[in-house]
This record gives sequence, C-alpha cells and structure tokens, in this order.
Amino acid sequence: MSKTNLTRRGVLKSGAVAGAGVALPTIFTASSAAAYTNEPTGGSVTLGFNVPQTGPYADEGADELRAYELAVEHLNGGGDGGMLNTFSSKALQGNGILGKKVEFVTGDTQTKSDAARASAKSMIEKDGAVMITGGSSSGVAVAVQALCQEAGVIFMAGLTHSNDTTGKDKRSNGFRHFFNSYMSGAALAPILANNYGKDRKAYHLTADYNWGYTTEEAVRTSTEAMGWETVAAVKTPLTQTDFSSYIAPVLQSGADVLVLNHYGGNMVNSLTNAVQFGLREKQINGHNFEIIVPLFSRLMARGAGENIKGIFGSANWHWSLQDEGSKAFVKSFGTKYGFPPSQAAHTCYVQTLLYADACERAGTFNPCGVVEALEDFEFDGLGNGKTLYRGSDHQCFKDVLVVKGKENPTSEFDLLEIVEVTPRGQVEYDASIFGGELGSCNAGA
Amino acid sequence: MDAIILQILNGLDKGSAYALIALGLTLIFGTLGVVNFAHGALFMIGAFCAVTLNKLLTLSHVVIDETKTDFLGNPLKVQVPYVNDIFGEAAGAAIIDWSVPLAIFFAIPVMIAIGVIMERGLIKHFYKRPHADQILVTFGLAIVLQEIIKYFYGANPIPTPAPDAFKGSFDFGAAIGFDANTIIYPYWRLVYFGFASLIIGAVFAFLQFTTFGMVVRAGMADRETVGLLGINIDKRFTIMFGLAAAVAGLAGVMYTPINSPNYHMGMDFLVLSFVVVVVGGMGSLPGAVLAGFLLGILESFASMREVIDIIPGINQVIIYLVAVIILLTRPRGLMGRKGVMED
Amino acid sequence: MFGLEKKDANLLLFVAALAIFAPFILNPFPEGSAMAQFNAGYPDLMQRFAIFGIFAIGFNILFGLTGYLSFGHAAFLGVGSYAAVWMFKLLSMNVIPAIILAVIISGLFALVIGYVSLRRSGIYFSILTLAFAQMCFALAYSVLTPITGGETGLQLALDDPRILGVSQTPEGNIPVPGLFGLEMRESFEMAVGPWVFTFNIGYYFCAIIMLLSFYLAIRIFRSPFGMMLRAIKSNQQRLNYTGLNPRPYTLAAFVISGMYAGLAGGLMASMDPLAGAERMQWTASGEVVLMTILGGVGTLIGPVLGAGLLKYMENILSKINKGVLEGWFSFMPDGMSDTFVFLTNLFVGKQWHITTGVIFMLVIIFLPGGLVELGKRISGMFRKKDDDNTKSAKAEPAE
Repeated sequence: MSKTNLTRRGVLKSGAVAGAGVALPTIFTASSAAAYTNEPTGGSVTLGFNVPQTGPYADEGADELRAYELAVEHLNGGGDGGMLNTFSSKALQGNGILGKKVEFVTGDTQTKSDAARASAKSMIEKDGAVMITGGSSSGVAVAVQALCQEAGVIFMAGLTHSNDTTGKDKRSNGFRHFFNSYMSGAALAPILANNYGKDRKAYHLTADYNWGYTTEEAVRTSTEAMGWETVAAVKTPLTQTDFSSYIAPVLQSGADVLVLNHYGGNMVNSLTNAVQFGLREKQINGHNFEIIVPLFSRLMARGAGENIKGIFGSANWHWSLQDEGSKAFVKSFGTKYGFPPSQAAHTCYVQTLLYADACERAGTFNPCGVVEALEDFEFDGLGNGKTLYRGSDHQCFKDVLVVKGKENPTSEFDLLEIVEVTPRGQVEYDASIFGGELGSCNAGA
Repeated sequence: MDAIILQILNGLDKGSAYALIALGLTLIFGTLGVVNFAHGALFMIGAFCAVTLNKLLTLSHVVIDETKTDFLGNPLKVQVPYVNDIFGEAAGAAIIDWSVPLAIFFAIPVMIAIGVIMERGLIKHFYKRPHADQILVTFGLAIVLQEIIKYFYGANPIPTPAPDAFKGSFDFGAAIGFDANTIIYPYWRLVYFGFASLIIGAVFAFLQFTTFGMVVRAGMADRETVGLLGINIDKRFTIMFGLAAAVAGLAGVMYTPINSPNYHMGMDFLVLSFVVVVVGGMGSLPGAVLAGFLLGILESFASMREVIDIIPGINQVIIYLVAVIILLTRPRGLMGRKGVMED
Repeated sequence: MFGLEKKDANLLLFVAALAIFAPFILNPFPEGSAMAQFNAGYPDLMQRFAIFGIFAIGFNILFGLTGYLSFGHAAFLGVGSYAAVWMFKLLSMNVIPAIILAVIISGLFALVIGYVSLRRSGIYFSILTLAFAQMCFALAYSVLTPITGGETGLQLALDDPRILGVSQTPEGNIPVPGLFGLEMRESFEMAVGPWVFTFNIGYYFCAIIMLLSFYLAIRIFRSPFGMMLRAIKSNQQRLNYTGLNPRPYTLAAFVISGMYAGLAGGLMASMDPLAGAERMQWTASGEVVLMTILGGVGTLIGPVLGAGLLKYMENILSKINKGVLEGWFSFMPDGMSDTFVFLTNLFVGKQWHITTGVIFMLVIIFLPGGLVELGKRISGMFRKKDDDNTKSAKAEPAE
C-alpha cells in the first residue's frame, strides 16, 4: 500500500498490460512509478477536452470540440498542419507531443461547476489525462482550474472572460489565452470616444454574477476616464429571459448609451429587446442613442439576427483577420467542417498547441516543467500578433479586436467586422491589481 | 408617474405570457386532473413551429455568384429561396417577412395533433396514477422533447423577427400627454398582449357559451356523473388536451419575435408558470389568468432600479417571495378550491 | 443483529458488501479494453454514488414515509456544502468539524423552511419548498457573492486563516481535506492482470457514513415514529381525528431529511472543497426526486440504487463520443458501422439527456415501483417456475 495523490492510470494502463501474466496480483508503489500525476509512459498521451455539450452553451462547446479535434490531428501530423506552420516556435514536429501520439477524451461540463469538476476528475482519475482544457464560462473555468491545481495537472482555459480567472482566482497550474473584461474595457473606450463623442451618458445593464461585475467595472472605469458619465447600473438576474422591464426605463433616465454587460442567451435577449424598444432610433441629448455589447460572441450573435448591426463590442479573435496564422487556421478548419471557426474554437485550438509546444520545449509533461516553459513565453503566428504569456498571472497579452455588427453581411457567418486592432500595449495592466495569489506549481505525486 | 405606467405596461405584457401558459396548464389540470410538466415543452414546440415554417419558407437552392467570394476564397454560394422563384422576389420576401403570423395557421393543427397524440399515447394511462407519477413522466417527456429539438436545431437561439410592419415602438407618452420618449412600447409587444387577451377571452367564451364547454365544465366538476349520463367525456377531454396544447403553442409562436427561441425556453417558463398556477389556485381558470398578470406586474416593479437600490436582490426572488406570501395567507392560492391537490 | 430484524440485517449486510467491494464491482472490464469505457470504479464517481445515496436515503425518509414531495431539497445540500467549505477556510482542513457544521446548519435551515412550508400540504407544499430553494439559489448566485462566491463558487484560497491548520502547505499549495492526517484523495491501486482496482480513502469514508445513514434510516423506518409518518401518508385526516397532531412528526421528518442532505453536502465539499450555487437549483432538487423514484419510493435500498443509476448515466454516457463509438463498431463493414455509430450517437455524448429522459419515462410507465420492483419481478419469475402458485409480482413496496 502506498500513498499517492490521485491516480496514475496512464502508467498502469501500460504497466498493467506489460506486467500481465508475470506476477498476479501486483500492487504498484507510487514513488517508483511516477514523478507526477498521470505521467504518460506508453506510446500515447491523453488530453481531456471538457466542454459544455448540454445546456445553453452547447453550440459553443461543439465548436470548441471541433477545434480540439483539429488540433490533435495537426499535432499528430495529419491534415495540412494549420497553425503549426505559422507558429513562431518550431518545437512541434507533427509527431505528437514528445514523440507520443496525442489521444483525447471528452466530457460534458453542462456549464455547471459541479458537473465540470466531476467530468474533469473522471478524466484525471479514470482516463489518465495530463492536461484539461475547455469551458465556456468563467465559473466553470475557475472551478476546474482550482481542481487541476489540486490534482497536479495543467489547465488550459477555454473561453473565459472574467478578470477573476487570472486575477483573484488565479492558479499556478492554470493558463488563459483568452482576453478579459479589463482588456475589453481598455480596448473599447477609445473607439467609443472617437465614434460617439466624450460627453455621453451611459446606462449599464449587468448580469448579476461575477463576470458581469468585472465587465461592468472595466467598461465603467475606462469610459468614465474619457469623460463619459454613468447614469445608472442595474443588475439583472441570470435566469431573466425578458428584459423589457429593465430596458423600458432607460430612456427616462436621460442616458444616451446602453451598455449590455451580458453574455450568451442573456445578451441575445437583452439586445433583441433593446432594439425592439426602438432605442436606436431615438435622439437623446442631441445624440443618436447607441448600444454597446462589451463581449461579442459571433455564434451567439447569430441568435440576435439583424439586431446586432452597427453595434460595437470586443472580441478575442475573428476569422476575417488576415494574418498568416489566422488564414491558415480558417483554411484548415473551414475545409474540414465547411464553416469558419468561432473565437471559442480559436482560443481552444491555440491553447492546445501552446501546451504541446511547452511540453516539447520543456522536454517533459511534468506540470512544473510546462509551467516554467509557458511563463513569460513570447510567441507569434497564432492569430493575435505578438503574444506574451505573462509569468506573474498566467494571462496572455496580445492585441484585442474591437468589432462592430456588420451592416451588409454576405453570409450567416459574416456578422462582425473588425473596426480596430487595439495594440497590446494599450490593454496591459499590472498583475497585482486584481489580488489573488498564484501559488506554486503542483505536479501531484 | 410615467415610470409606473411603463412598468404596468411591461407587467401586462409579461403577465400575458405567464397567463397564457398557466391557462393551458390549468385547462389540463382542471379537466383531466393531470399535472403536465411537459407544458413548457409544448410552448417551446410552438415557438419552433414558427422557426420551422420560417425554415420551410426559406428553403433555398444555391446560385453561385462569381463576383463575390466566401471565407475560404471560393466563389460565394448565394441561397435563393424557392418562394422567391414561385411568387417573385418582392412577394416572396413579403411572405418570408410575415412568417411568424403565418406560423399561427401552421402551428394550430400541429399542436392539436401533438396534444392528442400525447394524451392518447401517454397521459391517458396516468389518470389514475398519483400526481407525483404524472409530474415525473411528463417531466421525462419534456426532457426528451427538448433534447430532440436541440438535436435538430442546435442549442443557440434562432432569430425569428416580427414582420417589418411591426418593428419599432409606439410612443404612448406622447399620446396621453406626457413628454415624448418617456413611455414607449414596441408594437409587437402590444400585438402580443392583444393576441393573448383574445385567446384568453376565446377560451372562456368557449367553455362558457358552448354545449361542448358546458359538458367539459360539468366533467371538471364531476367526471363520473357526466359519464353515467351517457356522455363520452373521454373524447371531449382528449380534445381539451389538444386545445390546451394549441394555446401553449400559439403563445410560443407569437413569443418568438420577443425573444429568439432556443430549446430550453420551455424549462425556463415551466417553473414560473407552475408558480403562477399554484398562486392562482389549482384548477381555477380565472385564478391562473389573474395570477399571471399579478406576478407579471410585480416582477416588473421589482426590476426598477429605485426598488433594487432599496432591497438588493429583490428582482431575483420577487416571484417566489410573492408565491410564499400568498400561499401562507391564502392556503389554496387566490381562487383555488378546497381539497384539490392537497394530498 | 444491531437491533434489526433478520431481513433488515441481511439488507444492511448486502449494502455493506456492495459498498466494500464497489471498487471491484464497478470495474468489471479490463483496462484498455473497449468496454473499459463503462468502468465506474474511479474515486470521484464512487464517492458520488455514496454521497448521492445518502442524499436520496434522506429524501426518502420524507417523501417515502410521509408522502410530502419536497421540490427544494437541494437547497439543504447546498447550504451544507457552503458551511463545510467555510469551516475549511476558517478552522482547519479536518473533515469532521466541517461535516458536523454542515449537518447543523442545514438542520436549522430545514427547521425554518419546514416550519413554514409544512403549513400547507400537497402541491402547495411542493411549490413552497421550490420557492425557498429557488430563492436560495438566486441569492447565492448574485447578491450573496461575498459569502457564497457566486458564479465561481466558494473555494479555498492560499490566504485563508485556517486557525487550527495551516494556510498553505510548505510547497505553497492549499492543503487538502483530510481526517486527522489521512488525506481524502489518497488512493492506492491494485493491478490484477489487466484489471486495475482503485481504493480511495475518501470513498471509504463516504461509504462508512453512507452505511451509518442507511442503518439509521432502517431504524427510523421500523420505529414507532416511522409508523406515525406512514400513518400521515395514508390518511392524515383520520390521524387528526384520533387527536394526534401530525405536524411535529412531519416537521421532524423534514428536518431529519434536511440534515441528511446537509451531510451529503458536507461530504461533497470534503471530497472536493468547492461549493457552487447550481447545487441548489430546482433541477438539482428534481434530480433527487428522480433518483428516489427510479430506485423505488418508500423502499430502503431503492434510493441508493436510483442515485447510483442516475450518476452512472450522467458520468459515463456523457463521455462516450463519436470517436469512441467508431472504435466499437469498427469491426463492422463500413456502411453498417456508420449506421450504428449514428444511431448510438443519438443517445450518448452530448445527447445523454435523451437516454436519461427515456429510461426515466419507461421506469415510471412500466415500473412504478422502480428498480426494486424490477428486482422483485425478476425474482418472482424464478419463483413461479418452482411452484404453480401464480403469485403476481404486483408492486408491493419492498421495505
């Protein structure tokens, strides 16, 4: 009997097969077997793709899964190689990771932190995954990140936009490529000032949970710094479907800009309702009334139909970007699936590549080695220009897109146009402003 | 003052959606004695009738436009609806534009058929089973129905806009002597309110003034006696179920321009509409309607920022809070009868 | 034995055997084989079986005995886990004080909610409990964020005080929950040929508590108090006529079952120190109702089986993806395997909800007594062979 922290099924898979028929029963001892959780000893390495497959974000999850499958294909040397060809680091050879074939397991987060952790745990305990990635909301990302820290595996966050993920709830084993509320605010504010003027009165509707709070805060601070006034900020319940009673009083308040700090279904509904109320045709204080959606998701925006035309927001990435990396990714994704990838798909694909590359450079799957390889790693060619994985909070810093609902879309995917690529320097911040402690890396066993 | 008028308007509009769903639930409960947890799913299916009709009308063939390119740089494939070929571009576009109102005619037969099949195939066998069993089997059905819809239509909301004629909003304030832009209300929501009132009125008139309705009401009061009188009450109840399904479905069809439908909209409404029914009093049709409007209005008031500032979080819980208060002060809801669903 | 009748003692021993040998029973397929996908013998899922077993046993004390259908029971589970996590944050990582506080706090919650809700019966009671639970969920997710962590859930941090423990381990990590130095997540593994069995401290801790809860439930079922609760279910009015006030009895049952839920919540937090608000949502309350009914309402073992079945489906079915299916059916000719993959794919992976929905409907339609009735019918069929006495296997709630 031996003490181990979580299991090392990967070892046993191969070990057990090899040992079969030799001595039965065998009880494995931990110390000799593995240096870290789920050390892969056979010819393959298992990654865990934990995405929402049921619930309101299921379509986003499906797109993430497509990206993961594509990434695995490329890592194993299949397909056209996608961004492997444009990635500035050339450590990856297309022969898996460290010569091991990449395999994966999938799970359903249900967009609930409990279910997401259960699913991630089963990947770690049962399937021997050395890395967990995915997710489409900050609640899930933070919960799974904490779990991975405890278990001693790496977590590469999927779509999560709250400041908390790499702020107050940051963990040493967790990494985020996606941008955050702060960057959205910092990128949006100057563009808004240019387009709408500096004497605006804003009315915020905010989803009543952590992500909503951080987004409202970010947009508020950055717009107020430019001279905007915040007339009111009203919190709306997560379960709200009809926002009429929140939107109707907006005009009476004397505001001339409405900021919808909503995501997903909330965003689709509140935006649709706001347009229905004819807000955008109104003239207030001598200004055209405007609506802003700080975080745009193209997949979700489809649900709002024509209502998104002309509305400003920010995005992590968009398929119409013309750099080599984006073009290569769109091409291989589009060829395989027949439509362009979403920003969720992009960040998941990139995260998988970044992880694989870090393992190659570190020469090990050991989480502590991977952490070291990723910290302060600077790279290019993955679609967002020069990017830095900051060591002090494990957040990626890169250019942020300011986008606008397109007036004359040519197809159902062509909903957003890029207004400006805000340079990285403009969205950087000090790592300490959100509090939290990174702790030290945990390799498990 | 204008703020209060505005929230009353809002409340009436929200309330009409609650009232319509609660009405259908109560019809089924009152006539058949069955608690139908799949009622929200019927509302959702109604909404997807509108989506389906829209999809049917926009069934397209592909024309390749060499002048433009798609995201991969290939020539752009432009979808041209068949309707445009048949009726010409202008008429075709107008038909597609009006797909939501047209869906009413599509949804009525579909929903009645679904309702009848549900009653004959499943619900019928549960008349004598405990309410808990009814709740659970219909809950299971609701899950299956919504997952089927998700399988075909995906999880994201699907835009189904109102006809162009109903876009924009009506300036109430200006019409009744307040400043312009103080009380504005979207045309489609007014249509929804009118439509809901019409349906509610029609259901009451149907039950009150027709022989069929009279028999059904008699059956609600005492099923056995009506059966002994030689009236085939079962058949009428089946029709009632179809009717209730149609009411839920129509509520769903007309709701699509307000919020883009998605597969779980039924579940979103289910719990709320149950609270509405219970607050109104199980089995009472006027109670359901009254409670629907009452809760709609209270919910609207609770979402005013002046109110939230005083009691943070009140907008999160108002419906449940009101339900608790009403149930504690009026044991059987607003208009419930004694002995219904109390064991 | 243990003050139980022979039948009950046998049942308890049976459940104990199931619990002790779970790592073997749940891992019937060799590692690396195609069927290994169906293995459930990994710590997290086994812990969940035991924890939700406790939750369902407790729920059954209320619903099975008194017939009061609470639709807000998940609130107690949620409150219990919040209490436990706060203990971990403030006091120490020992699970005992956390679990004790979880039970006490959820018991108090149950007392208040039960006192109010039990003024009504039938569906009015169900809606009252639902309303309370939904209020708890909505507030915990939003305005109570400072106490509950809101969307991200309440979790441990490196700078928590932990008066009787340490804020961080020497390596700079958050300490893990344990029982006097025995870490809950410790496991050891045994490989027997191609099979691998995992024995986890946390699981056995949960299993022991589950057995104690089960034993307590048997005692309650067999006690005069249990008789009284059944009397309330069968005819409350008649009970009133005899001059007995049923309220204190139902309230006691409500509080006991709320404490069971709190115990389950505390255990959940002990196995995995994070508490999320979704635990209190009405769907979570619905889940325990489903477990109880799937297994068999009013039976002793039913809820445990139902909990196991539901959690098994949730965790195993959802992980079967198209790639896995293609692997299974790869021995078939191309066209045929595609068809099979397509058909199976309708019920697994992201479609796993359909399977639970369908199974659920089938059980309620054909097996109103749940899995326990299924067992009875099967054993009834065997018995029929022995003698011609055509004893129908009609639903007679097993106890």
